[in-house]
Formats: sequence, structure tokens, C-alpha cells
Amino acid sequence: MIRVVLPAHLRTLARVEGEVKLDVEGQATQRSVLDALEARYPMLRGTIRDHVTHQRRAFVRFFACEQDLSHEPSDGPLPDAVASGAEPFLVVGAMAGG
Amino acid sequence: MSGVRVLVGTRKGAFVLTSDAKRHRWDVSGPHFGGWEIYHLKASPADPNRLYASQSSGWFGQVIQRSSDGGKTWEPVGNKFVYDGVTGTHLWYDGTPHPWEFARVWHLEPSLTDPDTVYAGVEDAALFRSSDGGQTWQELPGLRGHASASFWQPGAGGMCLHTILLDPSHPERIFVAISAAGVFRSDDAGKTWRPINRGLQSEGIPDPKAEVGHCVHRIAMHPSRPGVLFMQKHWDVMRSGDAGESWQEVSGNLPTDFGFPIDVHAHEPDTIYVVPIKSDSEHYPPEGKLRVYRSRTGGHEWEALTKGLPQRDCYVNVLRDAMAVDSLDPCGVYFGTTGGQVYASADAGDSWAPIVRDLPSVVSVEVHTLP
Repeated sequence: MIRVVLPAHLRTLARVEGEVKLDVEGQATQRSVLDALEARYPMLRGTIRDHVTHQRRAFVRFFACEQDLSHEPSDGPLPDAVASGAEPFLVVGAMAGG
Repeated sequence: MSGVRVLVGTRKGAFVLTSDAKRHRWDVSGPHFGGWEIYHLKASPADPNRLYASQSSGWFGQVIQRSSDGGKTWEPVGNKFVYDGVTGTHLWYDGTPHPWEFARVWHLEPSLTDPDTVYAGVEDAALFRSSDGGQTWQELPGLRGHASASFWQPGAGGMCLHTILLDPSHPERIFVAISAAGVFRSDDAGKTWRPINRGLQSEGIPDPKAEVGHCVHRIAMHPSRPGVLFMQKHWDVMRSGDAGESWQEVSGNLPTDFGFPIDVHAHEPDTIYVVPIKSDSEHYPPEGKLRVYRSRTGGHEWEALTKGLPQRDCYVNVLRDAMAVDSLDPCGVYFGTTGGQVYASADAGDSWAPIVRDLPSVVSVEVHTLP
């Protein structure tokens, strides 16, 4: 079970409160977690990564275990603590004015 | 009992303002989608409870929302806007080729007859259509496939397709306007397009009378006379009596012929409204006086409408999609400002009062007259 923390605007869009808990088949990677997230909440498609290229949107970051994983390969394994559910995978909207 | 529903898009959410036919007392609901930019909301002419909204964010991109109960509840629908075929390039601000990149939906235009069919005008400029209530979107590629498209350039607000007019007399005819390319017309339901900018003159481009390249801010028509078009251009207010084949300037005695919105009285096809704005680059009302100008003669002769509007120290702007009319009698006229006011006139512009004063900066105003 993978725990995902969404930014407030995406929680509102997906109509969830608190963390999202996902069952991810196979290895836990950025791609597999986001695939599972978008399968459960189709309205999030295109808001975190591009529909077609799956490239992360410029002002979105992925954090976990006090590390910025945003530039890690999308098919690389996530930390064991994320894969085991001990730590959440954080989708973060970049801090900026507006 | 009849009434009106005013749909307001702002930089930080959507608001729905509702009143009975007297238009004196208003209920305000919102913000819907708080914190998101709402470029446009519009109701289906075929179903008063079907609304579409364009919700976007620099962080999370584009979302399309749909309501089937007049804006009480909403559901996100499809947001996959993918250009058809080879993406190609247009010109960037510096004149170099730049690949087409989807940024946001500026304008949603529901079909006149089918609540599930809706058109979307997007930045970078293209026209999309959904025929399943917004679940899926397909580009009408003939527009961007026009030979001139590789020479289109963005205006200051981006290269946006901001106006879509559907001709009620010719179901196959669609007009669109793009900043800064100009006006285009299709007579075959969007398959093929041609520019219709003859008569426009824009000093800011190398050939002031070029076929394309004009910064058209807004076009409008009266549904009973769709062959007559009115235009607020970057400079100049224009009129066409032949469905855009040619244009003549009708700026007349306006204090400045710069502005963004233009609209037509619901019952008088020759009565039109603009909001003159001072430019270059100031983009606020001349002399700090917020004045709507009305012509009852299709242009040339204009009168200032000031009653109820601030006549000193007013430095707001009124954006291109932020004016609308209802179809009650007398005709109601509405506009929103970048200062967050939405003004309403229940007497065709003779007098005005704010419905709300302190919304976020207003991007768009649409009105739906309720049965």
C-alpha cells in the first residue's frame, strides 16, 4: 500500500481528504504510483504530468523521505519506506506567488 | 418567473450571480473552484442548466468543469487537448519559429442546438470541439492548417483564440478571432477556413493591411442579423455588413478607439456597446472615468453612459470576454472589471449599479436569461 499526499487544489479536484492510499502492482515507481493514482482519480490526468508525454508539469515536485525525487527516473524504484507505506509520496505544488 | 444568471470568471474562481427579472436584488454564489483561474463559463442555449467552465492553473494545467444543474454542482470532464497531427510552428514574439504549445482554454462556446456539443478556443490558438459533453476533445485542424498559420504571432496576452461565434442562420458557419492573427470564417462546420480581415488597418505590423496579423480583441453579432459583425480591434471599432468579407471603421466620436469588449443589444441589432480604454499600455479608462459608450446607429455616433459608474479615480480595465447582455426587456447589460466589480444595467445602459464590488479580477462575464 502506497500513501500519496496531494496538494490542496488536487485534493479538492479529486474530492479526497487527507492521504490517498493506493495498491500498486509490481515495483513502486513514480510511474506506477501515478498510473494507479490516475486510474483511481481520472480527473487528475493532465494535472500532475502531461497526458501524452507523461512529463511532470513544471511547477509540480515529487518529495519523499525528505528528498526531492522530481528529477529521478520515472521508472526507478521509490525508497523502501515509500514502497512499504511507512512514508508518503508527496506531490507538491511549487511555492510561488499568485 | 423569468430571471437572469450571470456567470463570472475571475483570476481566483467562478461566481454565479442570480436575480429575478427586475435585476435589483442579487444572490451571489461562489467562489467555485477557488484559487484557480476561470477564463470563461457559459451556458448551453439548448439547456439552461448545462454549463461549461474553463478552470486553469499555472501549476496544474487545464480542467474543464460541467454542470447539469445551473451551477449548483459541477463535475470535471475531459481536459486532454492534443493538437491534431504534426504540431508545427508559429512565430514567437521575436519573429522566430516556435512550436505550438497548449496553455489553456480561453473561451467555451456551446452549440446552439445540442447541449453536449461545445467548442473551445485555446492558447496557442486552435479550435477544439467536444460532442460528448466535454468528455473528449478533437481539434478542428483546418484552422491551424491554414497556410498563414506559421506566420501567426502572439499578442501581449498570448496567442489565444478568444472569440467563437456560431451563425444561427447558417449552421455550418463559424467565426473565430485570434490575437494576433485576426478573424477567420468557416462555411463548412470548421473543416476549412479563410481569413476575413479586409479593411482592417493595424499600424503595429509591417504591412498595416496584411491578410493576417491583426490584433482583434473581440467580435460580436446579433443573432437576428448574423451577417453584420462588430469588432473591437486593438485600435479601431469596426463593422462588417457582409459576414466579414469587408470591414469599415465606425469609431466615430469615441474618446479612444482602443478597448477590449464589444457587444450588441438583445433587441436592437444596431445598438452596440464598447468600453474605451486608454492605450498604449496604460489600459485604464481615460481621465479615470469608467464609461460605457453606446451607439444606436451601428457605430460612428456614440454616447457616454456614466450614470452609476465611477467618474473619478477609476483605473480598472474591462477584458475582452467580460461584457454580456441578457434578453429581457429592457435589455440588461453587464460587465466586470479587473478591480473585481461587476456592474449591471437593467435599462440598456442608461444607468448602472454594481452587483458585487470586491471579487477577484474579472476575466469573463456571461449572462443566461432564465425562462
